[in-house]
Amino acid sequence: MNKNTANGIALALLWIAAILTVVVLGTVILYVFVNGIGQLSPEFIFTWPEGVAAEGGIWPTIVSTLYVTALAMIIVTPIAILAAVYLAEYAVQGRLVSTIRFAADSLASVPSIVMGLFGLALFVEAAGIGFSMLSAALALSFLMLPIVMRTTEEAIRSVPKYIRWGSYGLGATKWQVVSRSVLPASMPRIITGIILATGRAVGETAVVIYTMGQAINMPITPFDSGRPMTVHLYLLAMEGINLPAAYGTALLLMIMILAFNLGARYFLRRNRKV
Amino acid sequence: MPSLPSMPSENSNLQLVSRATHLKEIALKNLFLLCAFVAVAGVLLIFGFVGFRGWPAFAEVGPWSFLAGTEWNPTDGVYGILPLIWGTVVVMLGALVIGTPLAVGTAVFLSEIATPRVRGIVRPAVELLAGIPSVIYGFFGLIILRPIIANFTDGLGFGAITAWFILAIMIVPTIATLSEDALRSIPPGIREASYAMGATTWQTIYKVLIPAAKIGIIDAIILGMGRAIGETMAVLMVVGNAPVFPESIAAPIATLTTQIVMDMPYAAGMHRTALFGMAIVLFLASMGLVALVRLISRFQTSIEAGR
Repeated sequence: MNKNTANGIALALLWIAAILTVVVLGTVILYVFVNGIGQLSPEFIFTWPEGVAAEGGIWPTIVSTLYVTALAMIIVTPIAILAAVYLAEYAVQGRLVSTIRFAADSLASVPSIVMGLFGLALFVEAAGIGFSMLSAALALSFLMLPIVMRTTEEAIRSVPKYIRWGSYGLGATKWQVVSRSVLPASMPRIITGIILATGRAVGETAVVIYTMGQAINMPITPFDSGRPMTVHLYLLAMEGINLPAAYGTALLLMIMILAFNLGARYFLRRNRKV
Repeated sequence: MPSLPSMPSENSNLQLVSRATHLKEIALKNLFLLCAFVAVAGVLLIFGFVGFRGWPAFAEVGPWSFLAGTEWNPTDGVYGILPLIWGTVVVMLGALVIGTPLAVGTAVFLSEIATPRVRGIVRPAVELLAGIPSVIYGFFGLIILRPIIANFTDGLGFGAITAWFILAIMIVPTIATLSEDALRSIPPGIREASYAMGATTWQTIYKVLIPAAKIGIIDAIILGMGRAIGETMAVLMVVGNAPVFPESIAAPIATLTTQIVMDMPYAAGMHRTALFGMAIVLFLASMGLVALVRLISRFQTSIEAGR
């Protein structure tokens, strides 16, 4: 009987661990939702913050966040996909490949503030771009690169061999095989990976805080500075001014992240069934 | 040189494709290699630029008095980062102690106990936890957790203990997903053998599956450690930001990451250099952990090959 009692207790604890994880997620989401929902209105989303207490809306910060994220995505997508094509289709296992993989893993684990300082030193100061969307997007793209590379490589590797054989059998060259058969077949998973990495970029704070600047501004060209939503939330929360606006910003940010994550999930599921 | 059906190697007489096509293929291959090398270039650039800026901190303050100096007081020109390293380690260890059982428990639950239906709820929840921005965790910790902690301790609730709970939640997804992968890669036959001998589910988990997935779980914990060391915004918002050795777990402290964010707006001269020096320390620590994971897996393969 003793071993059955132990079994019962242990299984109960494992259930508790799992339930706790779900409850924590639920609490965070619910808390932000309940406190932020009263703030959300077209005025809050589409007007400018005013005065020292940042009364009013957060429109420029939303635009800055979307601007920098889109820019980073445009920069990173081709490089990451072609890099993954190399690793999955062309590379021969060896020192070169293991160096590239080690570099990608290291890049994925670089603390975000280190990436931020790197962006400041290289893009803002050395390259002379200044605090701008472009500097922030370049720093962010180094953060997204390993994520998109990994998911794309997994996607390419999951394409069955016989699809390639079919192409080769028709006399296709390697590039034709990759571009006409392998990439289209793995596209849903690649897009999912890009969406997830983009969601990560939307929520990033430490990378952009010293590369984009902090002054509220409406970015028009990539060389304009701005203040993203995450930095806005951080400043409002730390200075304790205008907590309702902080809740509203947090909720909008959360909705965007959830939309990215659930969107990626839905997209993948829909395309798998086909 | 990979010899593939459509790409005759250079010294082959076989002409399957036109010379132009052949050249195009080679050019594309090198372009892809170049793209893959962007990752390597990124690491080198980060090391180069952050290192170039931070190097004087080691050279002029002196590596020993920089890394092991017990006082951080930039206004008087004293740059000892030991209190910050200490803060980072304290926050990281506490978060690991709280987060690891939760994460590994969740991983075991997902791979061994959950029915597909329950798994369909818990697994996305874990992935969503990873997606929530750190600034929102920090905000949550600042507004909700901090007053609760303040009630239990006689302080404002800014300190290591608040950071432990917030950071514990944040490393759960990292550790849980990687541990679950390790558990799932164990062949089902091993479980069946254990059950056939009359073992209970818990005995199978504890005596068979955890030891079998040991290396994978250790890797997961090391990567969780890296996440905890590098986490910036969430910790920044709840630790209180005092670069001192704390008297209690509820007293304000600072970590390497938080001190960089706090000081950067006004730092100049050697102070600024010292912040870049701290970034080098963080960068080397995170790379060291990745290298450690590689070493462990290489060690593991060589043991298996030697058997």
